[in-house]
Amino acid sequence: MSTDAPLMKEPDSHSNPPVDGSELIRLDQVTKRFGQNTVLDRLDFSVNSGKHVTLIGPSGSGKTTILRLLMTLTKPDEGTITVDGEKLFPAPEKQVREVRKKIGMVFQQFNLFPNMTALRNIMEAPVTVLGMPKDEAEQRARDLLDLVGLADKCDARPSQLSGGQQQRVAIARALAMRPRVLLLDEVTSALDPELVAGVLDVLRDIARTTDITMLCVTHEMNFARDISDQVLMFDSGKVIESGPPEKIFSEPEQDRTREFLSAVL
Amino acid sequence: MKWDWNAVGDFMPHFWDGVLVTLQALVLGSLISFALGLVWALLMRTPSRWVRWPVGVVTEFVRNTPLLVQLFFLFYVMPEWGLTMSALTTGVIGIGLHYSTYTMQVYRAGIEAVPAGQWEAATALNLPRLRTWQVVILPQAIRRVVPALGNYVIAMLKDTPLLMAITVLEMLGEARLFSQQHFQFTEPLTVIGVAFIVISYLASLLLRALERRLVH
Repeated sequence: MSTDAPLMKEPDSHSNPPVDGSELIRLDQVTKRFGQNTVLDRLDFSVNSGKHVTLIGPSGSGKTTILRLLMTLTKPDEGTITVDGEKLFPAPEKQVREVRKKIGMVFQQFNLFPNMTALRNIMEAPVTVLGMPKDEAEQRARDLLDLVGLADKCDARPSQLSGGQQQRVAIARALAMRPRVLLLDEVTSALDPELVAGVLDVLRDIARTTDITMLCVTHEMNFARDISDQVLMFDSGKVIESGPPEKIFSEPEQDRTREFLSAVL
Repeated sequence: MKWDWNAVGDFMPHFWDGVLVTLQALVLGSLISFALGLVWALLMRTPSRWVRWPVGVVTEFVRNTPLLVQLFFLFYVMPEWGLTMSALTTGVIGIGLHYSTYTMQVYRAGIEAVPAGQWEAATALNLPRLRTWQVVILPQAIRRVVPALGNYVIAMLKDTPLLMAITVLEMLGEARLFSQQHFQFTEPLTVIGVAFIVISYLASLLLRALERRLVH
């Protein structure tokens, strides 16, 4: 597996400004309800460029909802969402499409397109969305498959791959769009235990060798400790505690955090 | 009653004419129903109810009135409005239109069966909506519905004798004509009965082969 990732850093059409630690994602007073249930309640939340932020907390606490809001898979009821200084919500559809190019997502259930080979899964969006020439997109797709350790699986269909391999293809597919932010939604939860390490290794590599901003929801506390700059503890739609992983995991201030950690660790 | 092989021999030239017409009606009718059904299914998914409502009413109407009535209407009433078509063309359109209102429901089920995660992945990759339909949703949906579409091909085959009512000489029409001219009913009717079984068996083999090819 190649550990240097020039793929992520070369300049491109929607050129990424240098990482300067400035604010990249911002949620202002965001409220999200599902029926009677208020999942996020006037949440303020921001992530700086290049940071690796992990969201932890009990299920139903709104972590995944934040990722889904950022990916525009669901809309907030109130509030504003800003990415890289541009409005993602509320915003006209055309602007949403532009801003969304800066965001990539990896799903719990991989969601690869089963009717396409691994290579085509990765090439599809760069060709149709970014207008990249086919041979260039294919070369990049091959490089990305190499990066995730699946150089020999170019022509495999998702059904011919293990869950771990599918998830690594999904990571490559998200990276192919050169997003500034990578959203990781419980990316190892659907995997057999022996396949988790391979996926986490790939993500660790990416975290170490690129300047991509990561926002993860995970129950893998070791992974969170390993790659995060910042851990946010969620409970009932609010951030109840945040800080560097060493602090949150070793000396949490809140009782609720202590309870949660003792339950999952 | 005696079985007369000579009658079979005499009927054969007419039989082959009838087979040809039946197959034309079946193949063209199927193609129309597959294409038009998909159009209906997609129109029913547009956000505008000014599209969905008329499409819903028309297809519901066509599905719930007899094919025979529709064939008569197309054949005898349309010319009064200045639209004259050959009997076979009318029949093909009638069968295709009628069955498109069934295939649309098959497509709808197939489209709804594509997991939400596929739409979400397409959104996450910023794929345009049209492209998402083309390369993600429809290939998966259609693959799922081939067996169900196949059942309607068999049903259409069994409805082709209705075309006799608008003067199309398909298999049954040829058999009836021959019977009336020669007063021999057993042989021609038996021959076309066997032919219906053979055609539907061959069609199901063809569809199963198609199904296997589409499995991923």
